[in-house]
Amino acid sequence: MNPALLEVSSHGTVELKIPGRAEWVAVARLAVAAVASRLRFSVDEIEDIKLAIAEACTNSIQSAGGEDAGTIEIVCDALEDELRVTVRDHSPAAHLEPLKKGGLAEGRTEELGVFLIRALMDSVDYTSDPHTGTELVMAKRVTV
Amino acid sequence: MDIKVNVRESEGDAYVVDLTGEIDVYTSPKVKDAITELIDQEHYNLVINLEKVRYIDSTGLGVLIGGLKRVREHGGSVNLVCTNPQIKKIFDITGLVKIFGIFDDEQSAMKALV
Repeated sequence: MNPALLEVSSHGTVELKIPGRAEWVAVARLAVAAVASRLRFSVDEIEDIKLAIAEACTNSIQSAGGEDAGTIEIVCDALEDELRVTVRDHSPAAHLEPLKKGGLAEGRTEELGVFLIRALMDSVDYTSDPHTGTELVMAKRVTV
Repeated sequence: MDIKVNVRESEGDAYVVDLTGEIDVYTSPKVKDAITELIDQEHYNLVINLEKVRYIDSTGLGVLIGGLKRVREHGGSVNLVCTNPQIKKIFDITGLVKIFGIFDDEQSAMKALV
């Protein structure tokens, strides 16, 4: 079993690698919440960030059919007025296509996760490559 | 991180599912199993009490939606008890407030079933 690795660098970047399995998603969301708490986010905003990061990890796991999705890499850049989080997996499937849509189609419960990511974060972008995997970059700005 | 699930019979044919903890991709199968078991036993009027749930993600929402769809096929319904503002917000932004009855207490949720 891969233990989760948490490395804190001096320039406000935290890198976390978790095994791509359901039981590790809580570790990712708690770690990112801890980073977010170092910025001036409200409790509600930290909850939003936690959920968005968890949805990104869950999406990676589900793209692997709920089985082991390999390693999921999470990079948190704590900037002065923004938290930028990158979630990277090595899935060959383009599993973030629903992000291109604006709304949530009725009955498409499998798209709830990406809908929530878009709704809870200020900016969301992703790239997907069948050889290197999927990289989702999302950011939330500090408003106070 | 875990979820505690307690199922109890209430008034009439209704059942209450008390959930305590966090509902995510890891714990939601346990919630799904409890709801599926009730429906398989032909109990179609359910109150799901989320008062002690601290966190829910899309997989948890998916389980609740799946349960609602199944009971509606039999003329039943699922009402939720939810007072946590963050969780209410999730139901709000996903539009699920329109398909679930969401109440501040169990008595109101139960009353609205019948």
